[in-house]
Amino acid sequence: MRITCPFCGPRDRREFIYMGAEDYLTRPSEGDWASIDDHLHLRDNPAGALRELWYHEAGCAAWLRVTRDTVSHVISDVVAVADAGASGGDISGQKKPGGGA
Amino acid sequence: MADLIARTALAGQGPVTWGGLTLREVTWDRITSVAPFRGADVGALLDWPAPNRVVARDGGRIVWTGPGQAFLFGPVPEGLADHAALTDQSDGWAGLALEGKGAAEVLARLVPLDLDTMGPGEASRTLLGHMNALIIRVGTGFEALVFRSMARTAWHDIEAAMRGVAARQRR
Amino acid sequence: MRIDGKGRIDRAAPVRFRFDGVEYGGFRGDTLASALIANGVALVARSFKYHRPRGVVTAGSEEPNALVEVIEGLQRTPNVRATVQEIHEGLVARSQNRWPSLRWDLLSVNDLAAPVLSAGFYYKTFMWPRAFWERLYEPAIRRAAGLGSLSQRGDDAIYETAFAFCDVLVIGAGPAGLMAALVAGRAGARVILADEQAEMGGALLADVGEIDGAPVSAWVASALAELGAMPNVRMMVRTTVTGVYDGGTYSALERVGLHRPGDADLPRECFWRIVAGQAVLAAGALERGIAFPDNDRPGIMSAHALRVYLHRYGVVPGERIAIFANNDGARQVARDLMAEGVTLVAIIDTRPDAPTAENCPVYPGASVTGTRGRRALREITLRHARGEERIAVDCLGVSGGWNPTLHLTGHLNGRPLWDEGLAAFLPAKDAVPGMHPAGAATGLFSTAGCLADGARVAGLALGALGRDGPETEVPVAEDADYRIAPVWEVAGKGRKWLDLANDVTTKDVRLAAQENFVSVEHMKRYTTQGMAPDQGKSSNVAALAVLADATGRGIAATGTTTFRPPFSPTSIAAMGAGGRGTGFAPQRFTTSHAASVARGAPMVEAGLWYRPSYFPRPGEATWREACDREVRMVRGSVGVCDVSTLGKIDIQGADAARFLDLVYANTFSSLPVGRVRYGIMLRGDGHVMDDGTTARLGAAHYLMTTTTAAAGEVMRHLDFVRQAYCADWDVRAISVTEAWAQVAVAGPMAKTLLDSLLDAQVDLAFMACGSVRLSGVAARLFRISFSGEQGYEIAVPARYGESLFRDLVARAETLGGGAYGMEALNVLRIEKGFLTHAEIHGRITAFDIGMAGMVSGKKDCIGKPASQRPGLSGPEREQLVGLRPVGDAVITAGAHLFSRGEASVRVNDQGYVTSVCYSPTLGGYLGLAFLRDGRARMGEEVRLVDHLRGLDVACRVCDPVFFDKEGIRVRG
Repeated sequence: MRITCPFCGPRDRREFIYMGAEDYLTRPSEGDWASIDDHLHLRDNPAGALRELWYHEAGCAAWLRVTRDTVSHVISDVVAVADAGASGGDISGQKKPGGGA
Repeated sequence: MADLIARTALAGQGPVTWGGLTLREVTWDRITSVAPFRGADVGALLDWPAPNRVVARDGGRIVWTGPGQAFLFGPVPEGLADHAALTDQSDGWAGLALEGKGAAEVLARLVPLDLDTMGPGEASRTLLGHMNALIIRVGTGFEALVFRSMARTAWHDIEAAMRGVAARQRR
Repeated sequence: MRIDGKGRIDRAAPVRFRFDGVEYGGFRGDTLASALIANGVALVARSFKYHRPRGVVTAGSEEPNALVEVIEGLQRTPNVRATVQEIHEGLVARSQNRWPSLRWDLLSVNDLAAPVLSAGFYYKTFMWPRAFWERLYEPAIRRAAGLGSLSQRGDDAIYETAFAFCDVLVIGAGPAGLMAALVAGRAGARVILADEQAEMGGALLADVGEIDGAPVSAWVASALAELGAMPNVRMMVRTTVTGVYDGGTYSALERVGLHRPGDADLPRECFWRIVAGQAVLAAGALERGIAFPDNDRPGIMSAHALRVYLHRYGVVPGERIAIFANNDGARQVARDLMAEGVTLVAIIDTRPDAPTAENCPVYPGASVTGTRGRRALREITLRHARGEERIAVDCLGVSGGWNPTLHLTGHLNGRPLWDEGLAAFLPAKDAVPGMHPAGAATGLFSTAGCLADGARVAGLALGALGRDGPETEVPVAEDADYRIAPVWEVAGKGRKWLDLANDVTTKDVRLAAQENFVSVEHMKRYTTQGMAPDQGKSSNVAALAVLADATGRGIAATGTTTFRPPFSPTSIAAMGAGGRGTGFAPQRFTTSHAASVARGAPMVEAGLWYRPSYFPRPGEATWREACDREVRMVRGSVGVCDVSTLGKIDIQGADAARFLDLVYANTFSSLPVGRVRYGIMLRGDGHVMDDGTTARLGAAHYLMTTTTAAAGEVMRHLDFVRQAYCADWDVRAISVTEAWAQVAVAGPMAKTLLDSLLDAQVDLAFMACGSVRLSGVAARLFRISFSGEQGYEIAVPARYGESLFRDLVARAETLGGGAYGMEALNVLRIEKGFLTHAEIHGRITAFDIGMAGMVSGKKDCIGKPASQRPGLSGPEREQLVGLRPVGDAVITAGAHLFSRGEASVRVNDQGYVTSVCYSPTLGGYLGLAFLRDGRARMGEEVRLVDHLRGLDVACRVCDPVFFDKEGIRVRG
């Protein structure tokens, strides 16, 4: 498996560390138990495109949002997390891919 | 009063040669990480390198190490600290130079990169075996920077790769 | 039998080798199989289950029978295919799975019991009593049935892994592969041509026809010469591409030293990871057998293998040879053998309309229905229109047709498609993105067809790479049709073998179907068909044809089992090359390592780091004596300890303070410059991630310290928070762990020691920091303590680390102190109730460790919302407490806690012990533990039970700070 880092170019997967679905890009708000529960425990499991987080640990230390097809394993998009969303924890408006499609 | 003696990461380890290639420790006077502050322009003080590139400069070079970060080898320009976060990385890294024909073939045992197409002026943050490394293409070979604490493992792994490649050529 | 002047072996280079203790001769270029055949050795193995005598069947890596052990000194490699192993001077091999010898194998009695030993026999028979399976049945069965055995020693040979990159990977160097490599190479693409054989050429090496009017061998030689001269082409012989992975990554196993041992530095094998823009699968095809009664005797072989042995090695495995086939392809074998003067006694062709014009007897519409000969084939029975007859033969070449070698097309989940005309599975289109099957792997079985297809497919690959293919003239070559009438099983009395390696017969497959294991995957597991080292390469298709017949579904509907990597057996040692012992992970050494070792300190692993356990002195018999002395030394005078392994992260920028407030539970924006603060950091799920001190070096400059264990995790976390949640903040973070050597100096005399060391006296308050100089070197000094004593940590550039450590230890010794190791460090911190990752183990909240108050109510922080969840605080939680045994007893970490009078069973569990030590300061054992509602139970007596070590000790619950709770000593 290879991931094309937007900075370093195509690299072997052993340079990266996997974190999980892109859900971690949002932070739940205090006291909202349902959204905290959702944030921590509930994940879509689509057969198809999934956005997930990878860290280029042995490379440029960029966190990446990788869109990967869970069936074909084809990676269709890689963007730096820093460029993917707004700051301050607010990346609202980012719809989960695959879900509901 | 203390009397401090400086020692390099691979002090006591002399160069080794296998199959026409030489591995030796390489050291630099000063390595500084440079991370320009938000909105800062360091262009007047430095030629900022593109990703995976090295820019040569008087008395040193500057190597891209990540988005918004580079390692400056050599003297730090006056006033740079006003525009960028600087840290002294000089002692954090062990330098190993592998030189000679076929250096890429040896490092291919350890580095998951297409080293054959890596030209002068290129550098990559990548892996050397299980170690994070900064690999820089130099004249006749490569320089590898690994965490200082891992210097002995890096030396062992590269020398083992050299011996294996040399043994293939022996018959 | 060797034929003079034939073959590609080097007759000028004789080689001596041993098999089963007997010395034989061969030539360089021989495989063990060809050399044994040349020496008239027909019996080379005993079968897996029935211990039937077996001989060589094939001439390639698909060999099911001829598995041997290769002996090198004390090392032994089992299940080596004799058809792959090249002979070399001094090669020692022996047969396996027999006792006492290959000729007289006592376990061949299994063969007599064969009528009851069918598929599923073990499952059905060894059911009762249950306990006997593990103790008796399984070991006994494993002894009786099996392959080779390991040496039971560690493998000390050298293996290698390597990476390679190319535009076009060509898999297989037969006609299609060579042609594809030529076309891609001429176009300037970077090509890797990999072939599993010792010599490139594939099927062309066993072909005495012509290409472009010249002998095939001349064309091969010129193609190889042209490729060899291209700098953009890398030729890898003895290299089997074993797997296909995502993103154009391929694995390959290269045999490096297996054919030329004697060089200690030479790797045995190299496991390659090849990244290719495009690939051409030109892996050829494998001949399959026909299941006829008693078709497993030594001397019964693949017909094509006879041709390979003749042309490549100049050997013929018999003097009276017959051919049994269902297709035209086998005719050339007979003709080639006759051309060398070998007696062809019969061609038995199952097709009634088979051509009969050959220089030997041809039996159209006939089948072999039986064979005789215990240790070697003696006679066959054949049935034809006129009845049955017996013919004396010593070798029978069998061809049931060809299976394209399409395995790699299945590695990314592709399923092959059945072709009725060819009676074979063919690769599905685009089964692997960027990999193009060519030649015989797609069912093209003529030389001309393969050459043209190789050129065509190379054009496809070049096109996909955006390159133009050069004009290519395809050479003129043999272009015979391939005609086949499928026959899978011949009726008749006797066992009809499919999988020779696992002793599976057609009856086993039919039994599986009868017992409702009708899915091909179930049949495979029930019968073990295709599960031997050869993975059923030459038998799987026939087996599923028999299954299709038994279930009436047809072959296309039956389908194949799943193809998975590796294509051929791959040693774990090669995949994990370099990973033995300390090679498993990098070793991290502090700058004081040599100095510690020189003082006799045993080094212990702390993650990847090595740290001194204790520093023994003369007269100290146990580690405890050294540890107790070191603890007293720190409490009484001064101790020195290298703490460089703690993570150090430099954080700068206008928003640095704001950033620290976000990642730490407590507040750092209020920390004055020149001060240090202890902080705890939460994970997003609200549990404690790490703790440590952070110093404010400037208004916009902090230096964070992490624990040794979590240094990497914290750096990764900071990078995530920075990039995901505050990408527009002005904050920069970088690890400086390795740049600084940091040494703790602790004890009542710490200040005295420092004053003697520093260029100028410095007075730092507790939890302050500052810049100092030592013999002119700029250093950092922190007044912090992990021991509860007046303590400092002094950091110098790592190049001075060893020198500083030696100097400090020498000075400490003049003050009655000295170096202390991890054991003493642990005792000192337990006495003070300081935490490590023994306590912060991932399931712990700030509440649990009594630090709920540190989660600031005035600001947001990572993990704060989740940390407030119900259930993460309250009396139900297990809370940090101290424990002291009542009376003079030993306690252990890992023990569990129970209320007095309760049984020590799981439902009564009240908590567990995380850290213990013997405290020389307090004269007894101390423990840190998590106890349910612990803070409300101070003074209570609980039971500490360690079932593993047989301990049951009454303990008193107390405050986790055992010593100097008021912190008088640390402030000095």
